[in-house]
Amino acid sequence: MVADEIRRVILDILSRIQPDEDLSGLVDAVPFREQLELDSMDFLDIVMELRKQYRVQIPEEDYEHLASMSGTISYLEPLLKDVQSPV
Amino acid sequence: MPSYVDERIVMTGIGLTAPNGNSLLEFRESLLAGRSGVVRYETRHMGEVLAGVCDFDVLAHQGRREVRRGTRSGSIAIYCAHEAVADAGLELADRDRSRVGVYLGITEHGNVETENEIHEISQYDYDTSVWSHHHNPRTVANNPAGEVTLNLGITGPHLTLGAACAAGNAGFIQGAQMLRLDEVDLAVCGGVSESIHTFGIFASFKSQGALATHEDPTCASRPFDQDRNGIVVAEGGAICTLERLPDALARGATIHGEIVGHAMNSDATDFVLPDAGRQAQCMRLALDRAGISPDDIDILSSHATATDQGDIAECRAIREVFGDRESLAVNNTKSFIGHAMGAAGALELVGNLPAFKDQIAHATINLDRLDPECGLTQIVANSPRSLDRAEYILNNSFGMLGINSVVIVRRYEADG
Repeated sequence: MVADEIRRVILDILSRIQPDEDLSGLVDAVPFREQLELDSMDFLDIVMELRKQYRVQIPEEDYEHLASMSGTISYLEPLLKDVQSPV
Repeated sequence: MPSYVDERIVMTGIGLTAPNGNSLLEFRESLLAGRSGVVRYETRHMGEVLAGVCDFDVLAHQGRREVRRGTRSGSIAIYCAHEAVADAGLELADRDRSRVGVYLGITEHGNVETENEIHEISQYDYDTSVWSHHHNPRTVANNPAGEVTLNLGITGPHLTLGAACAAGNAGFIQGAQMLRLDEVDLAVCGGVSESIHTFGIFASFKSQGALATHEDPTCASRPFDQDRNGIVVAEGGAICTLERLPDALARGATIHGEIVGHAMNSDATDFVLPDAGRQAQCMRLALDRAGISPDDIDILSSHATATDQGDIAECRAIREVFGDRESLAVNNTKSFIGHAMGAAGALELVGNLPAFKDQIAHATINLDRLDPECGLTQIVANSPRSLDRAEYILNNSFGMLGINSVVIVRRYEADG
């Protein structure tokens, strides 16, 4: 997967975690928590979905890289480079 | 400090969801019309079973995020609590919400969520690293009551009361007691059940030879009938707002009924088999506390679940306390909706409360051939019965491990 595909995957996960939120205006460089009502349990849902869907094990010390969309994409790109995009 | 130990406790708001109605009005109409809520239902591993299934609007009082995070019993409790508070004409935002308590009876909790997680990890070769972080907050035993406090911003005490199928009454009793102890000024209490979402409860009843089957789902739950063959599991909830009488009067509340007596006791005899003697003792204790005699009771809402021995035992207990007085009306709600477990006692009581106004005892349906071993002549069979008097209702709820609960409600009169 490339950056755009990873972005779509993360948006898909967020839409399931936050089904009532409009994600169309999400700014990639700004932390999720500043734009969405996202608490620690929601954040763990992102980690869990990546684990379930792509078998990506993200150690706790790396969670800080997932604070924003752009950070998440940068962190996941090397880990998902050989994974086929689902869309 | 004022003492409320002897204070009268009244029911001022009712919210419910049952397999045949999502408000007291709908539920009562179904009970009077003989309308069942039992349907065919697919459950994991077992395929088709029969169940009482609710169709309330989950999103009426919750966002989709809240629903996804929480439990079915939490959603049932939130729906019922909102409806009860609205029915009571209360605005919680205007009250001291640290003086509101939530007390909900449950038969069991956590089986649904645990089965779901085990199913989920089975899709990942039982890799426990995909076991949800939501599992613990979903399965803690206070979950449904806790979800109500989160949703309504209630900061007073909350508890669930694990009381098997005696739990609905137990919720009301706890609420009344906490009001009398001055722990709270408003009790949001009753019972809830999500049990149809665990295959385990169906499988266990089936293994016990106590799961009802019938080619017509609406005829499957048949307490007291010779052809009864077990329990129909149902989901649902019923929650009331309870207040001390002076508080209710001061705000001009509508009063649905007054809790005048209650009792709980234990058989101490068997894990599953009931004890008629202890059940009778429990009814007598509630009558004594209400300061009335068996002859004062007009409607007896029975617990009978359509098991062989359970129905016979309860009939024996009723006969022992009430004799064969013809004016007593014995009815049964499970014949319509199945056994709503933790919600059963609460639903069964509130579905009878409109009798204080319309003087009608709803029926026990599916009673084609009364089992001679049940032999109660006072059962209201198949059609509602008009009563000469509807002053007192006694509600029986009994459960496994020999837990018995009885609540007596009196029609409220301003000068009564």
